[in-house]
Formats: sequence, C-alpha cells, structure tokens
Amino acid sequence: MDKDIISSLRPAFVMTLLFAALLGLVYPLAMTGIGQALFPVQANGSLVRDNGRVVGSTVVGQAFASDRYFHSRPSAAGDGYDGLASSGSNLGPTSRVLAERVKADVARLSGTAPGPNVPPDLVTTSASGLDPHISPEAAFYQVDRVARVRSLDPASVRRIVEQAIETPLLGFLGEPRVNLFKLNRRLDALGAKPAA
Amino acid sequence: MTFQGWLLVAAFTGVLLLLAKPMGLWLFALYEGRRTPLHPLLGPVERGFYRLSGIDPAEEQGWRRYTVHMLIFNAALLLFTYAVLRLQGMLPLNPLGFGGTSADLAFNTAISFTANTNWQSYGGESTMSNLSQMLGLTIHNFLSAATGIALAFALFRGFARREMKTIGNFWADMTRVTLYLLLPICVVIAVFYIASGVPQTLAGSVDVTTLEGVKQTLALGPVASQEAIKLLGTNGGGFFNANSAHPFENPTALTNFVQMLSIFVIGTGLTYCFGKAVGDTRQGWAILSAMMLLFLAGAAITYWQEAAGNPVLHQLGVAGGNMEGKEVRFGIAQSALFAVVTTAASCGAVNAMHDSFTALGGMIPLFNMQLGEVVVGGVGAGIYGFLLFAILAIFVAGLMVGRTPECAGKKIEAREVKLAVLAIAVLPLVILGFTAIASVTGAGLAGPLNRGPHGFSEILYAFTSAAANNGSAFAGLSANTPFYNGMLGVAMWIGRFFIIVPMLAIAGGLAEKKYTPPTAGSFPTTGPLWIGLLIGIVAIVGGLTFLPSLALGPIADHLAMMGGQLF
Repeated sequence: MDKDIISSLRPAFVMTLLFAALLGLVYPLAMTGIGQALFPVQANGSLVRDNGRVVGSTVVGQAFASDRYFHSRPSAAGDGYDGLASSGSNLGPTSRVLAERVKADVARLSGTAPGPNVPPDLVTTSASGLDPHISPEAAFYQVDRVARVRSLDPASVRRIVEQAIETPLLGFLGEPRVNLFKLNRRLDALGAKPAA
Repeated sequence: MTFQGWLLVAAFTGVLLLLAKPMGLWLFALYEGRRTPLHPLLGPVERGFYRLSGIDPAEEQGWRRYTVHMLIFNAALLLFTYAVLRLQGMLPLNPLGFGGTSADLAFNTAISFTANTNWQSYGGESTMSNLSQMLGLTIHNFLSAATGIALAFALFRGFARREMKTIGNFWADMTRVTLYLLLPICVVIAVFYIASGVPQTLAGSVDVTTLEGVKQTLALGPVASQEAIKLLGTNGGGFFNANSAHPFENPTALTNFVQMLSIFVIGTGLTYCFGKAVGDTRQGWAILSAMMLLFLAGAAITYWQEAAGNPVLHQLGVAGGNMEGKEVRFGIAQSALFAVVTTAASCGAVNAMHDSFTALGGMIPLFNMQLGEVVVGGVGAGIYGFLLFAILAIFVAGLMVGRTPECAGKKIEAREVKLAVLAIAVLPLVILGFTAIASVTGAGLAGPLNRGPHGFSEILYAFTSAAANNGSAFAGLSANTPFYNGMLGVAMWIGRFFIIVPMLAIAGGLAEKKYTPPTAGSFPTTGPLWIGLLIGIVAIVGGLTFLPSLALGPIADHLAMMGGQLF
C-alpha cells in the first residue's frame, strides 16, 4: 500500500498542474479568443446600444413596470431583474407567501384587464429572475392598457405584438414567446414616428 | 400537457438512442487505448503529460494501486481548488474584486466539484472571480468526469478480463478520456453556445441603462467554456446562481435541447461500450432499455404534474400549468424534462427551480437521485452504479433458480454480493442519517425557506443531492452556513468515494476469475425478463428504502396542496 501511495505522488501533483494549465487557462482563454473573433456581439452579452449607451441585452430581461410598456414578469433576482443576483423565489406549492403574493398581483391586474383568467406567467416569478420573455397571452392581456396610455389604436398595438411573437423551432422546440425588450423598443420607435 | 410536449420527449429519446452507438464506439476505442483520428493533433500533449509526470501508460495496475492513485489525484485536485478559492482576492482575473471565500465554503465547494456533485452553496456571479471559475472549477468539471469514466472502464475490464490481476492504468484512462473525448466535444459545443448568445469574455460585468432609465448591471464572464463541460461531464455547477435557467447560460430552446443531450450522451454511450467490452452488445442494450423505461416513467409523471398546475393558484384565478420558477422560453415541457434528465444523471444543472415544482413533480427528481442516479446516471458513475444493482439482481435471480449466478460470463459469489450491498447501503445511510440530524438540530432547522412538509423536503433534497453527487437543490434552503457546508461536504465525499472503493474491489476480484461459458441453466442477462428484474431491483431496493421519508415530505405536501392548506 505504501508503495502505491509513494508512486502516486509525483503524477498526482504534476498532472494537477498540467491539467490546470490546459483546462483552466488554455481552454477557456482559447474559447474567449475564438468567441471574440467569430461572434463578438454574442460573446459580450448581445448588448444593444442607443447613441453609444448600452440600453439592454436581447438575451437577458430587464424590468418593465411603467404603464407605457408591456410589463415583465415578477422577479426574485435581488430587488427585481438584478443582473448580479439571479434567482427564483424558491417558494413551494403550499407556501402562504406565494399564495398571498399571487393574490395581490391578480387583484392589481384584474382591475385593468379584460378577462377573468390571468396568464400564469404574469403573476409568477421566473427561475432566473431575468426572464427576457412573456407568453403571447400575457402580451395580449396588456394590449388595451398600453394602447390607452400611449393613445394608440389597440389594433395597431395588437399587430405589433403579433409580429413580435417568436414560434417554437420545428414546431415543438420551445414555447411561443415575446421578447419584451424587443417589443417595447418597437413600441418606442412607433411612438417617435408621426402617426401614419 | 400538449402534443408538442410529448413530441419533445419522443424527439429527445430518439436522438439520444441514435447517438448511443457512435458514442459507445468512440468510448470503446479509448477503453482499448486505440488510436483515434485526434491522435495526430493531441497525441504530443498526451505523451508530454506522461513524460513530465513520470508515467508509463502501458504499466498495468492492480485494483489497489488503481484506487490509491485515483484517490491521491483527487486529493491533490481538492487541495488545489481549496487554495485557489481561499486566495481568490490576491489572484488576477478578478474584475469584480471578490475577496477569498470563507474556509467552510471553500471546503464545501472543493469537495463538491471534486466529487462531481457541484453543489453550490454560493451564488456564482456574486462570489467567484473569473479565475476561480476557470482555474478552480472548470478543471474539476473535466477531471471528475474523466475520473468517473476511467472507473467505469476499470469495472468493465473486471468483467471482460480473464484470470488477470490488473484492471488498467488510471492515468492513461483519465488522460485519454479528457483529451480525446471531453475537450474536443466541449470546444465544438462552446462555439455553438457563444453563437447562440452565451457570453465568453474576461470582462466582469456591464452597466445597462434600461428603457425605463434604470441602471442594471449584468454579470458576464467566460461562461460558454464552462457551460459546455458543465453538462457534458454531468457536473452541473453553474456560472450564475440561477444555473441553466439564466438566459446567459441557456438562451434558447435549442441550447436547452443540446444541454439535455449533453447530460445523457456519454452515459448512454457507456452502456454500449460495456456491451462491446464483454463481447455481447445485447447486454449493453438491455441495461439501456431498463434505464430508459425508468427515465420515461419519471418524465411522464413530472410533466403531467407540472402541466396540471397548482390548485392553490387555480383558485386565485390563475389557470394553467405551474409557471412559478420556470422560464417562458422553456415552458412546462422543457422544464419538466430537464428536471428529470438532470437528476436521472448526476448532473444537477437546473433550468427551472425544483423547489417551486408541484409536490409530486418535485418528488420525481428527488426519487431519481435516491435510486442512486443509475438511470443513465453521471458519466461513469451511472453505469458502475447500475452494474452494482445488476450484481444484486443476478444474485436474486440465482436464489430463485437455485444456481450460482453468472453475469457476463463471471460467477457472482459472496464477495461480490457483499461489496455491492456495502456500496448500495452507503446512500440510504448518509441521506437518511444526515437528514435526521438536520431535522432535529437548531442549525439544521434554520435552513429551510418554506414551512410545513415542504421545508422537510428542502432538507431531504439537500442531503439526497449531496450524497448522490447530483448538486441540484430545493434552493430555498440557506445552505451557506458552517453547519450545512460541513455536513453536505462530508455527505458528498462519502457518497462518491465510499461507493467507488468497494466497486473497484469488485472489479479487481472479477478480473481474476475464470470465464464461465453460459449454459442452458444460466440466467440470461439480456431480454425482457432480465430488464424487468433490473427495474424491479432498482425500484425496490433503491426506492422502498426512502418511501417513509417521501411520505413525510412531498407526499404530505401534495395532500396539503390538493386540500388547499398553506404553511
């Protein structure tokens, strides 16, 4: 047994250092080089700039609470959409805290909205707290409010939502969804133009 | 539940089965030490590593030497990562200026990554520098996976070899698997992830002024390179706290599909490789069939429960499936499937928060881990865990027909059965014992976020995940305390190495045995009867042990949920 231990020491420590260099430095740094060269936008977070200022990422969600915008889902990341503290609520199915939070959100929403049934994603926190999407139902649910606040024709707002719907790949990979950052930017662009 | 959802399950299973044979053949080439098309490129690296560390890759090792070398190597890796984490504040590539981690967190994390568990007591983006992620953690993702596959090779040799005292060379197995299997696949997948929107940069973060004019800081880093091996090596340690739910780790449904395949592909390939090694691929397919049936049963239950949703929320006017803790781009089907995949394997990556699953939807991931993660399982660990159950199953079959049992041409005798039971008993002992301690001590009870039976489930899930080397969590549990860091660290260590050592002892013993050709009286280790027996043994031995604890946790939680009782 002692012979086994002694014979293992040199390979154990030398291999640790060699693999640390290869897998811990060469591999990630090489991938960084390849990524920055081939896909500079994605490799840096898919950022969008307006006049040189970073206004968001098309991949990661941001908070939308103003009535001028389609609202994002509730978020448990920090104080909401904290990009340094991704997290879900981790509340279980029988949690009183969860039930009361949902109850309050439903009461707030159903004051402003059409149907009796609230789309589930609008009153539930996502897993990351940084969900960039809402479901098409959740977007349609908010069309009337957004149109009213922006003094737009609801039909035209609805059309923007329809155009923004992303469909599942091959019909089954993923869910129909709306990227809120893109949708709300399109809304802003529309508001900036004179009414056609 | 939707037709599209079932189509997803079917497509996933289909693609996986198609990949099993090519992956198995590649693994078999490495198992035999044959040249691969990658040798011209990476051969010099392999030889250089051997030369610098003084290894003769052709030197055969007996099971004791193989075990000791594997253990000392893992101990060296553990010390290395402990040092990197503690010294983090003084090391470079630390754009957000994090200090060194606490001793108990470094202890827990170093064990966690060494043992292929990747339990994370910390939030990645708020604790770990880029250097720690790369140098301290990514290397374990490769090497703990390579260790697992090497160990599976050693056990295969036990079955395949006749009257030999050796089971291969640990260094050669581990190095070849890393260089010719894990690294090349990761390079390809990492490029795909980057193209799909996963960041790969040395920057620490970027400031955003949102459309509403609020400041948001997004954490960045070398994410894609770590993400690729995180899933392929069934590690599961995320770059970010939210793991594969974070849009930067898993931005699209397609990356999600690739992540699920990555988790399973080596594990399924190893079943084919086992069949090749013992000279009868039907034995490999039989094992894979048993695994797949258990997997699909679990996937169906979780998908059904999550799609059915939470009656408590239905009463509040929120119709539909359970979307708490799920991302819109994945929805119910991809979240449920991912949860079952990641716990059937010992991965532990999550794309949805298991803590917020419905009671029974969350019980399946828990149950998968309690079975010992032998449903495909972790890379290497899944197949050697399953073969331990196979030894038990053939022993039971032998008792029923009254003959000395044989498996793959080797007589299974008292020594093998004793060692297999020893290895299998480790899991219940640690999970139930440690959960019991945590459930009656103040430090343990301070952990759960949720109250009532769900709080107990959080504790049970934590020790199950740690002992089974999974690493996923009912993440409401506040586990970054000296109590949990310490207890879970010990559970992870025992759960990994107290199974490995008896397993290697079996491998060594089997290699020394003569080949016993099958006769008309042998119990066939292929075909539906054997598959049924395997499933029965896994479910009864693995499952029944934990039934009382499940009754106290998720089942009580389910009854409360259906009755609308809140805690």
